[in-house]
Amino acid sequence: MTELKRLPTLPGVHLRNEIAKISHRLIELNHDRRLDKNVWDKVELARHPERPYTLDYIHHMFPGFIELRGDRCFADDPAIIGGLAAYMGRTIMVIGHQKGRDLAARARRNFGMPRPEGYRKAQRLMNLANKFGIPVLTLIDTAGAYPGVAAEERGQAAAISQSLLCMARLDVPTVAVIIGEGGSGGALALALADRVIMLENAIYSVISPESCAAILWKDAEEAHLAAQTLRLTSANLSELGAVDAVLPEPRGGAHRDHAAAASIIKQALEENLRELEAMHPQARKRQRLEKFRQMGVWSEGGLTLF
Amino acid sequence: MAQKVSVDISRRNGDTGFRGAESCPACKQLLSTEELEANYKVCPHCNYHFRIGAAERVAQLADRGTWNEIAASLRSADPLRFFDLRPYPDRIEEAEYDTGLPEAMIAGTCRIHKMDTVLAVMDFGFMGGSMGSVVGEKFWRAVDAAIETRYPLVVVCASGGARMQEGIISLLQMAKTTCAVEMLGEAAVPFVSVLTDPTTGGVMASFATLADVVIAEPGSLLCFSGPRVIEQTIKEKLPADFGRAEKNLDHGQIDMIVSRPELKDRLVQVLGMLEGGVACAIGPLWEEEKSSPGRRGALAEAIDRIKALANPSRRSPKK
Ligand SMILES: [Zn+2]
Repeated sequence: MTELKRLPTLPGVHLRNEIAKISHRLIELNHDRRLDKNVWDKVELARHPERPYTLDYIHHMFPGFIELRGDRCFADDPAIIGGLAAYMGRTIMVIGHQKGRDLAARARRNFGMPRPEGYRKAQRLMNLANKFGIPVLTLIDTAGAYPGVAAEERGQAAAISQSLLCMARLDVPTVAVIIGEGGSGGALALALADRVIMLENAIYSVISPESCAAILWKDAEEAHLAAQTLRLTSANLSELGAVDAVLPEPRGGAHRDHAAAASIIKQALEENLRELEAMHPQARKRQRLEKFRQMGVWSEGGLTLF
Repeated sequence: MAQKVSVDISRRNGDTGFRGAESCPACKQLLSTEELEANYKVCPHCNYHFRIGAAERVAQLADRGTWNEIAASLRSADPLRFFDLRPYPDRIEEAEYDTGLPEAMIAGTCRIHKMDTVLAVMDFGFMGGSMGSVVGEKFWRAVDAAIETRYPLVVVCASGGARMQEGIISLLQMAKTTCAVEMLGEAAVPFVSVLTDPTTGGVMASFATLADVVIAEPGSLLCFSGPRVIEQTIKEKLPADFGRAEKNLDHGQIDMIVSRPELKDRLVQVLGMLEGGVACAIGPLWEEEKSSPGRRGALAEAIDRIKALANPSRRSPKK
């Protein structure tokens, strides 16, 4: 395989398709399984245009939601929404990525791809929640942070890193739910939580399958293969210990029944909050830092640690 | 924890090639290898900074004979059994051979102009300086060492971002290293990052931009999304200075730009200033420290005493 790749490509000779074919064959051999069609189904379900978005969950879970807007620095980013809600006898801060349902909304929400303002708004709201002892719920659903010149100039990298640090620092309980696409750093920025929960048909990945395929095989068409090797489904991530729990979706997927999907999240939220609220804030924070410390697989002196 | 390891820079790619002359990519002047090395691999005519590896960086920053590598035996595993045109372990092996390094980051304790420091350095030559489990764990161990010894932490960054071959595990290293920074912050141990060409993606969006003071090398590319990704998105060509250190300085994203020959001096100045803030808070004890020979004598003890008062649960540093 490696040898094949190393062959200089002659003009008019297309090795790529051959390489891809052999790749398929090798993935079958190496992984003791066929190219799994279910994996790509999950990717499509996670991106399904009728899938409930943050605002749909808010609609079903938190009738008294009060949206709070703006980062107090530059702008309000509609790709991330946040606000206060009354929830089972307490107040909760809800923050989430928001994609648009129709063409106009998609443009306004920038396809759910936040700019630095979005992450700075999120931090402002999390700090506000922290001040008054209000637990934080984040709903993750983005292809990634927006790649643009202006976003870079306003510090996209620092906006994400500071959002991560903000979540590491919070004294209040935090629950993150990956409801659709968990795309790279733009998703993780809202997911450094005490509990990270994933919906059954959501995906969570360091890179989109398309970009991964473009890098590995110089061919975005190979995204199916990339999706499988990235191990981005809820089952994969649960197995890798990257998420704390996976929630089942209504039959056929969350898009079939928004209300049912919301009630599944609501119940999980309540259970997790009850456990987290019983802990001392310092112990909770220690546990959070320790959990993320454990993330990683390496060997040391010949031993593989996981 | 610490072990003596001599840094062998002779195995590095650049040094195995012919030694003679190299032309500067920026001003096209022909530069002799001796001339370049004497000037820290910086073009004396136009200040172009050639990329250097981690071992060479350590040799430039650490006082001779003071480097003690930590966590040197950490090696990558293949948690995903990542399927690629080449197996991930093969890529690691090749990177090891090419760079003479075990991973994209080396960490250790050393002295910088006699100042005790924990130093971690990334190497872009090792799989694009990508951050996987080992980089994350080494960063954590470096932070642990800094908290335990109360030496300041200096991290020299060079990275294309997360290591795709470790999938979600590599993404989560951003969270892991951030949690380490939070612990360092709780302990009030100074942390300075030096961003070199290029520092992008997941490293830029985690510990690199979370330091107390962020220094950059001239001309280095520092951004979250790389120029090619942005060009594909907006379907326009970007100017050559996009994301460069100078632009970042203009836009308020970094504290200062420091040329490589001045870096060692400037690091010590900045670290000294940061520790001086703690000294100021304890007033007269500062006098005691000035008269005592050890840098970490009465002052360090006084700092610990004050911190213990402020937060009784804080564990006392080990000697
Ligand atoms: Zn030059």
